[in-house]
Amino acid sequence: MPPLDILAAALINGVLTGGVYALVALGLTLIYGVLHIVNFAHGSLLMLAMFGAWMLVSWVGLDPYAALVPLTAIMFVLGWALYAGVIGRISRGEDRAILLATLGIAIVLDNFALVVFTGDTRTIETPYSFEMIELGPLLLSVPRVVSFAVALVLAALLWAFMARTDTGRAIRAVAKEPDGARLVGIRPGRIFALSYGIGVACLGAAACLLLPSFYVSPQVGNVFVLVSFTIVVLGGMGSFPGAVLGGLIIGVTESLGGLFLGESLGPIGISLVFIAVLLLRPTGLFGAAR
Amino acid sequence: MKRLLPLLILLAALAPLALPSQFLVNLAMLTAFSALLGQGWNISGGFGGLTSFGHAAFFGIGAYTAAILQTRYGLNPWLGLPAGAILGAAVGAAIGIAAFRAGLRGSYFALVTLAFSEVFRIIANSAEITRGGLGILIPLRPGLTNFQFADRRASYAVTLALLAAATSVALWLRRSRFGARLIAVRENEDAASALGVDLVGTKVRALALSGAITATAGVLYAQTFLYVDPSIAFGIERSVEMLLVAMIGGAGTVWGPVLGAIVLHIIEDTSRALIDTPGFAPMLYGVVLLAIVAFLPGGIAGLRMHRAGNAKRGANA
Repeated sequence: MPPLDILAAALINGVLTGGVYALVALGLTLIYGVLHIVNFAHGSLLMLAMFGAWMLVSWVGLDPYAALVPLTAIMFVLGWALYAGVIGRISRGEDRAILLATLGIAIVLDNFALVVFTGDTRTIETPYSFEMIELGPLLLSVPRVVSFAVALVLAALLWAFMARTDTGRAIRAVAKEPDGARLVGIRPGRIFALSYGIGVACLGAAACLLLPSFYVSPQVGNVFVLVSFTIVVLGGMGSFPGAVLGGLIIGVTESLGGLFLGESLGPIGISLVFIAVLLLRPTGLFGAAR
Repeated sequence: MKRLLPLLILLAALAPLALPSQFLVNLAMLTAFSALLGQGWNISGGFGGLTSFGHAAFFGIGAYTAAILQTRYGLNPWLGLPAGAILGAAVGAAIGIAAFRAGLRGSYFALVTLAFSEVFRIIANSAEITRGGLGILIPLRPGLTNFQFADRRASYAVTLALLAAATSVALWLRRSRFGARLIAVRENEDAASALGVDLVGTKVRALALSGAITATAGVLYAQTFLYVDPSIAFGIERSVEMLLVAMIGGAGTVWGPVLGAIVLHIIEDTSRALIDTPGFAPMLYGVVLLAIVAFLPGGIAGLRMHRAGNAKRGANA
């Protein structure tokens, strides 16, 4: 058993990372909840967004948190275009076709990044990269605390958008009853592209929040694709509170896994949680019974 | 023509053995190897419609079984083939029982297979018996009794023999009662179940069969390249390669994986000749997959059947 303060630090670090994971998972759960598609390209799109953030920071000279605004907008447009131009056309509504289409997009994006950026691992440096806040006996990394707070604010904004605006209501209507929504004048095709755009926009924001304390390489999407699916399945596919809680749980699982099992065996925790949830309780914590 | 076809295939398959160039024989061997991987995936993914993103689990089991049995226990490398196949079948059955009993299908099944292959990769990366991230180097000792060949033509012959065996399994699926049940399950689970087909049992058997074939490909990999490490064995790239070969050629057809492997290697070699940047050729695979899903869901083999179908319809009209 490691000393208590190390355990506490691992727990808090896990929660802080989990907040950003929650934002990644919110995008995925929104796409699943509305379009009923498993977006296998989610990790690769996050990887692309992280390279976008890296370019905005190291080439344009923006602060990563300032880069959040333009990058979120860029990713929204990319997501919209990807749905309207590729996924929506290819899928014909078949589960397998959509899954393979998003896999195809993931392969193209991963290798496109490999061609453009090479396989090198990249990080950014900010003046506050190594700054710490003292909280009793604990030292917390400033960028992680800021990212956590921003992620929660964005999650709350997304929830308010879904709950309070007409567009949000239209999205929920299409998610529940596409034919009924069409009857009251909503165009489901547009809502699908919009929802996919918002889901991908979440990745633009998450990329800017992750980059100050994470690295980016063309393979990073493979890491995140399982993490984000684990969160969404754990929380219940399509559930917003589930995605947030699942994000925190998986952040802590990852952090404690690393602490107790070591660096090479640690990541096994996430895959095992994923398998266990799918086999034992596929509806997740908050999912409606199927 | 129909009668000449098997003869032509046999001639085309054996032709590389007469080639004087080791480079070209090597190319033929790599193509046959991809076809074997694709055929392994095709047994469950094509005929059974069980789209898997984690077939590297079986491949890696085979590769590590071969490597560990000979380097650690000094067993004859040929024993790797049956041992790998048995373990591959066992892992396939275990994953199948767990996943299909829980009612997983479609995308959920694809994701859970990916998670299983990740679990294997992480274990291989940290366990002592697999030598962790260092991987296992098999000592070079060419010779027929050691299942190692200095001449690529011999490697090609062995790959071809395994491919022929895997393709016979696919042919058997086309003709047997088990194959008919499997295809019925793929097309409509409710209807198949109503006719008395045991859904879980049929799918588990298909995954075990597929696991066995894919594991033999892993054994062959270990004996040909004499090195195994966690990402070579269990990496997602391997799973994707198998799926691509089968999907591009035509999932659920007997000759699809062979066609897919040939097309994939033509794309790879011509693109490498044009632009030799890491990632460029695999990027094209992704584009081809998207094009296949969009325009040719039956793959290249489906094109021929499509035409044949049209001709029949034309004749009836």
